Amino acid sequence: MPVRPGAPTDEAGLHVDIPVWSTPGQSSEPQRRGSGPSALRFIWIYPDLLSTYGDRGNLVMLTRRAALRGLVVEAIGINSDQPVPRQGDIYLLGGGEDLPQILAAKRLRADGGLAAAVANNAVIFAVCAGYQLLGEVFGGAQGEPVEGLGLLDIRSGRGEKRGVGEIVADVDPVLGVDRLTGFENHQGVTSRGPGVKPLANVVLGVGNGDGTEGAYFGKVLGTYMHGPALVRNPSLADLLLTCAVGNLPALRPDYEIWTNRLRSERLAAVSA
Amino acid sequence: MGKLPIRARVATTIGGAAGRMSRLTGRGDGSVIGGVVGLRFAPDLLRQLAAGRQIVLVTGTNGKTTTTRLVTAAIGSLGQEVATNAFGANMESGLVSALSSASEAPYAVLEVDERHLASMIDATNPRAIVLLNLSRDQMDRASEIWLIARRWREAFGANPQCRLVANADDPLIAWAAGSAGDVTWVAAGQRWHEDSWCCPDCGSHLRRDELGWRCGECSLSRPSARWVLDGDNVIDAAGTVRELRLALPGRANKSNAVMALAVASLFGADVDQALPELRKVASVAGRYTSVRRRGRTLRLLLAKNPAGWLEAFDVVGATGAVGGSDAWSARRADPILLAVNAQGPDGRDTSWLWDVDYRVLAGRPVLVTGERKVDLAVRLEADEIPFDMVDDIDAAVDAVPQGPLDVIANYTAFQQIRATVGRSA
Repeated sequence: MPVRPGAPTDEAGLHVDIPVWSTPGQSSEPQRRGSGPSALRFIWIYPDLLSTYGDRGNLVMLTRRAALRGLVVEAIGINSDQPVPRQGDIYLLGGGEDLPQILAAKRLRADGGLAAAVANNAVIFAVCAGYQLLGEVFGGAQGEPVEGLGLLDIRSGRGEKRGVGEIVADVDPVLGVDRLTGFENHQGVTSRGPGVKPLANVVLGVGNGDGTEGAYFGKVLGTYMHGPALVRNPSLADLLLTCAVGNLPALRPDYEIWTNRLRSERLAAVSA
Repeated sequence: MGKLPIRARVATTIGGAAGRMSRLTGRGDGSVIGGVVGLRFAPDLLRQLAAGRQIVLVTGTNGKTTTTRLVTAAIGSLGQEVATNAFGANMESGLVSALSSASEAPYAVLEVDERHLASMIDATNPRAIVLLNLSRDQMDRASEIWLIARRWREAFGANPQCRLVANADDPLIAWAAGSAGDVTWVAAGQRWHEDSWCCPDCGSHLRRDELGWRCGECSLSRPSARWVLDGDNVIDAAGTVRELRLALPGRANKSNAVMALAVASLFGADVDQALPELRKVASVAGRYTSVRRRGRTLRLLLAKNPAGWLEAFDVVGATGAVGGSDAWSARRADPILLAVNAQGPDGRDTSWLWDVDYRVLAGRPVLVTGERKVDLAVRLEADEIPFDMVDDIDAAVDAVPQGPLDVIANYTAFQQIRATVGRSA
């Protein structure tokens, strides 16, 4: 017998159209869904440059988990030829290959919007190349140092070999987030300055290269889990939402069935 | 081949025996094992087997196997035997196997894995190379596609005798091919743009409009094409317009067909002779095949990466486009099975599922299966696409009414389904 999925799809407020299935030639105006002064604004930074492998999943999951709690969400994708809005609640940065990463860093520095958002106490969540470019410096196409955004006191360079595979890490207990499960695919090594804490300690995989994984300071978080890192880590998604709007009610259990099943399947697969 | 050195002759004989054994025992189609065994006896076998033949290499992220088949058909219109690795065995052993099993063929059309193009150019000294497209695929194995394009560029620069037939609409392809001495540019189209927002040469933003693409900073821009895919028509280098009327469905195969005609013309093939041969190709290595099973008609499609899924959705009519032939005409209410694995050949990372817009399946009955069906479940739930989860292809068949069932599967999931339904076909 086929198994029916648990989650109904007719909840009011659930349907939020995720923007930016980019079609070149379209208008360069930001695409917006949902609105109103109280809407929670999620801003996906540069999907044209920083979306190497499924990074869209983070915006989708964040939006879904907010909408399922009745929050009104405005999700905006900002391409690299558009100004970065300064009044967002959560900013997402994805992964990217060397050239797009360097171009993104250059444009974001010149734009200044992301730095203004950090000053406004916005939440930033960055994966892989996005994580590296938040820092002071990262490795370019030939491993040469490239100036980052300086929004997180970390420094990244090129490691000996590429870390590719499943990653499992235990999150700093202060954050109250479940064990991380994800996939990493990078050659970066990252060190932290004083005051910046590792997001997690590596159980399996490479992470920052020193046994730790990711970093955070205030509401700025980064991780080497690449692509749709929030898909398998709903409690990390909820941490971002909580940072933005305060405490949230738990989701109805039937909304968590498939996500929990995926989490346990992946964690079991790597411990086998 | 009489002129092969004795060790190479022994190696091809032993390899051929291993291939027959593989087919007889049902362990494979014999297209790889024969080459593996032969290479152990003569590591230089590929170079020896390729010597003296007119060779075409076909590579890119998507469409390699189909285009190889179409180029083989088009060059076959010249009336001479063509060696080819028709089943997608595109590593060195597969090429060896293909060449040794057609030792007298003066032509060879060989699909080559995009990551190994440079060494295959070196070993086979091809007359022409077909470059289809480059997009994100199995990122856990391929690292970065820009690095693949850069290695190609270096290889073409070092081999100016190679003639290229290249897709002008794909910026990464155009940049890679730009180092070559002789390029026949084809306006073959590019639906997937997510991997070419950045200029591959200078890293600046690429701009796109109706005329194509160009870099906002440097001089890189879309080369003007000699061959053009224009809707359902091919426009050849002389400006003659012909309707393609392929049996193969979908826009991507029209594009592959134009590439095939362009390369065949380099060898003197006439479009009016070659095109009817292309029209006879109705399925390729089990793909695009219709299979009857328990009263249902399964239509099997392979899609390995986001760009491939986009083209597959086009074929099943989900994007509003109508397929290429009556058998594939758009039927938006037909049930569809999605099957995803993450074994080595598929890429072990399923992140790419989030680069596919599954909302185009709204309104269709959707089933999911495969070793990573739970990843698919989470993905579809997020897109608010209701689905049923089934254990395997037969459970899917039993779950849908008599009539058509479209199947889109990635690489090893497709092989598993073929292994099951092949027995009843």
